[in-house]
Amino acid sequence: MKLLEVKNVSMFFGGLAALSDVSFSVDKGKILGLIGPNGAGKTTLFNVVNGFYSPSRGDVFLKGKKISHMKPNKICSLGIARTFQVVKPLQRMTVFDNVLASAFLRAKNRAEAQEKAAEVLEFTGLSDDSEVISKGLPLGKRKRLEIARALATDPEMLLLDESFAGLNPTELNESIEIVRKIREKGITMMVIEHHMKIIMSISDGIVVLNYGEKLAEGTPAEIGNNPEVITAYLGEATHA
Amino acid sequence: MKKYAPAVILALLALVPLVGFSSYSMHVLILVVMWSIIGMAWNLLGGYCGQVSFGHAAFFGVGAYTSGIIYYHLGWSAWWGLPLSVVVVTLFSLVIGYICLRLRGPYFALATLAVGVILRVTAENLDKFTQGDLGIMLKERTWVEKIWYYYIVLILAAGTFWIIRKVIRSKLGYYFVAIREDQDAAESLGIDTTLYKTIALCLSGVLTGFAGVFYMNYMGYIDPKVVFALHDISIVAIMVVMVGGVATYWGPAIGAVIMVLLAEFIRSMPKLGAAHQTLFGVLLIVIIIFLPNGIAGDIPKLKRLLRLKGTGS
Repeated sequence: MKLLEVKNVSMFFGGLAALSDVSFSVDKGKILGLIGPNGAGKTTLFNVVNGFYSPSRGDVFLKGKKISHMKPNKICSLGIARTFQVVKPLQRMTVFDNVLASAFLRAKNRAEAQEKAAEVLEFTGLSDDSEVISKGLPLGKRKRLEIARALATDPEMLLLDESFAGLNPTELNESIEIVRKIREKGITMMVIEHHMKIIMSISDGIVVLNYGEKLAEGTPAEIGNNPEVITAYLGEATHA
Repeated sequence: MKKYAPAVILALLALVPLVGFSSYSMHVLILVVMWSIIGMAWNLLGGYCGQVSFGHAAFFGVGAYTSGIIYYHLGWSAWWGLPLSVVVVTLFSLVIGYICLRLRGPYFALATLAVGVILRVTAENLDKFTQGDLGIMLKERTWVEKIWYYYIVLILAAGTFWIIRKVIRSKLGYYFVAIREDQDAAESLGIDTTLYKTIALCLSGVLTGFAGVFYMNYMGYIDPKVVFALHDISIVAIMVVMVGGVATYWGPAIGAVIMVLLAEFIRSMPKLGAAHQTLFGVLLIVIIIFLPNGIAGDIPKLKRLLRLKGTGS
């Protein structure tokens, strides 16, 4: 079943097409990897899906319902949560309060929100840091806080924007484990990532963007062997 | 112990007049309490929600004029301004919020600055309605004794403190702080930032309006230059909070004590009286450099500084 559908989406900034005519869909419970060179339009696509941008053309549908041109908070309450590539913790709040603030979205009262926040922190392995002011967290944990905060809104779909970038190997393994656990909960995900090994191992399907256009779409194996993708993206490393 | 601190402090403040202060001391005390209301109200919007307003005189003035106009035109007691200003200031805040809250950061601050000035000029020129520069004067004040005014303003302040603490500890408070810390993040976490900023503005406005109504009743005279004053109201509101402590419960009260006493002190100095704003500016610079979180916000730092001094001497 299609959970999210992006239909012919274009996004122009002045004369520049950050996205042109991009279409794809994500099935419920699956992980879609989104890859492409820097500036390919991956984060722009997230911003369109999440409501920060209204697409210049085309539309986005969640379970058949048109969500493009809605405000981000509305889209979040409909079930799409996201993390930010450049982490945006609520700096002068504790880790717990960060998560609590987003848990209020679905909770009927404070007790319920606190329970939810504690549960999410446990799930993401941040329980020990819950009283730390989030400004003082190391990057790896801040990235995880982004995930925790998004999960606290009880999303049906989670957009992860480079949640693995800049992590050390231990943190990386922990984060991959968390993503697997999120998937077991039945939460659909769209993941932007530069780490090829990670994206290949966790994704069910991959969409490749290049200069704002969809270059290819397929299973990780298909993408790995697609000559166009290799030249545009994967191959660049061998030339360099 | 800490839990009962507000009740204990309120009880102590209620007992203060029994000491038998002079009329002037009571006046200063009343001003301190009134300024803590304005400070607490500003703090809700500026300190917790992060929407810095340079135009809180607008709310103060609208409150004062609501009170003055029903007295002048309808012959009602000016105290009816208290309930009535809730409606008037809320409506006013909704309009201001609709226009200004779409702006962020310094742009919002500048827009509110303009609002304050626009209101002053409007009040000066709508002379049929507001009496313009003549101002509105109460023919006689309700009481001659200051003590009753003191108790009324104290109740208003206690109510303000209670409301703000209630709000800050609720979901609203978390949302306000989330908006202050990162508006985009807040939005993506499902927080309707426009709605919650508007709520913060209305609450802050209404509470400031109460102070305005009180001012009308207490001073018995208002004119546009006094109640819509940029330097003497809007800026002082910010200073009270900056000096006392941004986003703290007690900061505005501490700031109000310091600012009012300082203003009275400077005013009593020969030749320096007119320079009080200059000295306020110097004070603000010193505070920003040494105690950026204000006195209440930098208590650990203050303690450290004082202890160092203590052992040194």
